[in-house]
Amino acid sequence: MFITSEFTTARNLFPYTDIHKWLSYGHDGKHPGCDEYYFGRREFSFTLENDVYLRYKSFKSVSSLEHAIKSCFPYKIDIGAVYSVDPDKRHAYSQTGTNVFTPVERELVFDIDITDYDDVRYCCSGADVCSKCWPLMTVAIKVIHTSLKEDFGFKHILWVFSGRRGVHCWVCDPKARRMTNEQRSAVAEYFRVYKGNENNARKVALMGYSLHPFLARSYVDFLKGFFEGELQANQSIFSTKDKYDKILEMISDEDIQSELREKWEKSANRSSLSEEAISLVRWEQLKNTLQSKKHKAPTLRMCVEEIVFTFTYPRIDLEVSKQMNHLLKAPFCVHPKTGRVCVPIDPNNCDEFDPLAVPTLSQLIEEINSGGSKMDVDDDDDDDDTDTSLLGKSIKFFRSSFLEPLLKSCKEEIESSYKTKIGKSKDSFSW
Amino acid sequence: MEVIRSQKRTPSNDTVSNPKIPLYLTAPQMEVRLEEFELFAVDRLRVLKGVSDGLARGRNPKEMDDLVDTLWKEHMRDPDASLMFNKDIISHFVLRLVYCRSDELKKWFLSMETALFRHRFRLQNFEAQRAIVGEFGLPYKAVTGAELEGLKERLGQVVRSLGQISPTVEAVYYKVPFEEVPDLVASRRVLIQKGYAFVAGSQLVSLVVTQFRSHISKALILTNRKWTTTIREREKDRLTPIVEALSTSYLGPDYSQSTEYAEISLKDIDQVAKSSFPLCMRHLFEKVREDHHLKHGGRMQLGLFLKGVGLKLDDALAFWRAEFTKKVGSERFDKEYAYSIRHNYGKEGKRTDYTPYACQKIILSAPGAGDHHGCPYRHFSEDNLRAALGRMGLSSRGMEGVMDQVRNKHYQLACTMTFEAVYGTSCDAGINHPNQYFEESQKILKSKTPPAPV
Repeated sequence: MFITSEFTTARNLFPYTDIHKWLSYGHDGKHPGCDEYYFGRREFSFTLENDVYLRYKSFKSVSSLEHAIKSCFPYKIDIGAVYSVDPDKRHAYSQTGTNVFTPVERELVFDIDITDYDDVRYCCSGADVCSKCWPLMTVAIKVIHTSLKEDFGFKHILWVFSGRRGVHCWVCDPKARRMTNEQRSAVAEYFRVYKGNENNARKVALMGYSLHPFLARSYVDFLKGFFEGELQANQSIFSTKDKYDKILEMISDEDIQSELREKWEKSANRSSLSEEAISLVRWEQLKNTLQSKKHKAPTLRMCVEEIVFTFTYPRIDLEVSKQMNHLLKAPFCVHPKTGRVCVPIDPNNCDEFDPLAVPTLSQLIEEINSGGSKMDVDDDDDDDDTDTSLLGKSIKFFRSSFLEPLLKSCKEEIESSYKTKIGKSKDSFSW
Repeated sequence: MEVIRSQKRTPSNDTVSNPKIPLYLTAPQMEVRLEEFELFAVDRLRVLKGVSDGLARGRNPKEMDDLVDTLWKEHMRDPDASLMFNKDIISHFVLRLVYCRSDELKKWFLSMETALFRHRFRLQNFEAQRAIVGEFGLPYKAVTGAELEGLKERLGQVVRSLGQISPTVEAVYYKVPFEEVPDLVASRRVLIQKGYAFVAGSQLVSLVVTQFRSHISKALILTNRKWTTTIREREKDRLTPIVEALSTSYLGPDYSQSTEYAEISLKDIDQVAKSSFPLCMRHLFEKVREDHHLKHGGRMQLGLFLKGVGLKLDDALAFWRAEFTKKVGSERFDKEYAYSIRHNYGKEGKRTDYTPYACQKIILSAPGAGDHHGCPYRHFSEDNLRAALGRMGLSSRGMEGVMDQVRNKHYQLACTMTFEAVYGTSCDAGINHPNQYFEESQKILKSKTPPAPV
């Protein structure tokens, strides 16, 4: 847990102004079309040191947000929805009639946690993560990001490291923020392929005669290559009996299962190949066998793809995405257990992201103490390229590739809807 | 909509280039005769109840299409297309008044009207469907030409992913914002690109039904507001009694005049009770024999049923007297009970010939301690019901189907299933009146020779 001096640093390094700019979506009061109360209707929640949880906090301005954080010492800050009225004044409004307290806007969010992949990773389990299994997150980002852009047409997407073992995604387009729960649920279900629990061996069931174009593209562009390359290298999923039995159980034909099992048992001790090489050989054998026998039953038609999807396809937490009022951790928080900062991830370069190289709070403190960077990151006059501090790079990325394009488009929208409104009222002047 | 008493009918002023199914978007501007107000609504109600029945029986979509087609032709058709159209609209709006008045009524009406709309839509040809989509004012463009060509391969992939081995990419697709077809998105039944879903003509149902449902739902809330604030009071001598009666109306024959099948005499009554009475009446009858008494609710329910079954007044008096005097004595019987029996037969007081209760009324009754009336499928505990069904001759397998219906609160279907199990025949019309059960049963038994005592 943190000691007070570390807390102070964390609180000072939090980019209040950037977060405020982001969540204001252009409503900075500088344009007549702005809604100056917009930021004040956003819910925040604080988790305090002794696990005390404070919901429905709201702030009229960036300074009241900053002040509250610096006086409450939350070690986790969550962002909720924008409501119809200030969350901290919700009791003043009745629950009936037109003034109901209800969410009106909220980013479309996704949460991917590597513990949901425990049944397919052999290097770690539970809260641990390493360079052998993190690539699962990388491929998940690629699949989901591509779909959000190409299929759904979203433009303003922020990916954030969750601080320990997963990633969060914030889709911030106006269209996304206004989605209903039903629509969010539909998108989450669109992404859902894995339907597993302890009771079924075949957790991915791909029916029909071909993959849906979204799944086909994901398979061809990302999943197949990842499975046959990096995954095999890191996990060698066919190298031992325990491992390959699990895969054989996914094949819904007993004869094929026994045929392969026999073959591999025989070759178990005789091979001088590495684990990885053995695994690859067996994969080829499995593919060939299934290819020649797949007409035997409809459930064998896409068995190869099913196996690939089981090991590689993104597993999102559906509940997080489905409801507008779900709270999600704010970017740039410090994870209480690892000390790592929840920094943004560049989806176009996510192969380079290393969760074990993310700056920790102690590293940041050391950097400050050795005079390597400014105490207050919040100073945004600093547009310079000379900020090479650990956190500076992340902040710069956040600003240049996410915040600035977002704000530009928000301002355009505010302006154009204002012009429309003015135009309309002009027309209604009839004498 | 103006309700008038005149004989004359003013032709409707609807802009009529008629899509075949009206969308009920605005209240019709036409005059309606008072009699039509009720009659049209009753006919539409028969259709909606038929739909409800079909859904409860788990009919698949194709079966529902046929059912709706049959129901509509039977109750709503008119040789003059514009008159049929007017009846359609008027009946819908009248029923809105009837069914806006509580959450339960709203829910039922919304479900049935949506189902009706869905299946009527499915029965239309493609051109008519396109016209209806247009009527909704949905700004969806059909994708054609070069754009369609570019998408063809992936559209084929979608079709194949849904289980069709040779993809028939349809002639027309609609480009729709993905938000409007959440169920198609969730099940990956459409191609999505840059925020638009490409919806096949055949998938259009999903789109319009969602719109329809949403519109009717909002309309019901507004109608309710208008009803409670102005209409109910203003129309209390004219429309309001009709509206209030419609939601609980039973729509079958009233069995007040017993038919040739149903004349029974006192000496046959025990045997006939065992062989042809529905469970509710069997129970009451057994209790009369056992306790030599019945409370008021039971006397009414059984007494009127027996009248419908053909028991003459003299025989009825003899029956009740024989039982009750065992408990209360002859003098008290004459003083306290005989009068009301005669009353039921229309021989006293205002001489109304009371009609036997329909299932709907019996189900809604509220038997208290010491009562034995009501509907056993609703009012009995599970154990008691199983025991009673066993006594009627149901096997434990036959009972499961019945208990299932009971759990889903389909009490009349439970009784129908019991009927089907007891007589080994199907009863497609469904039981909705105890006297109907009796008559159907008698028909079956008389056609078999000789009738086997149960």
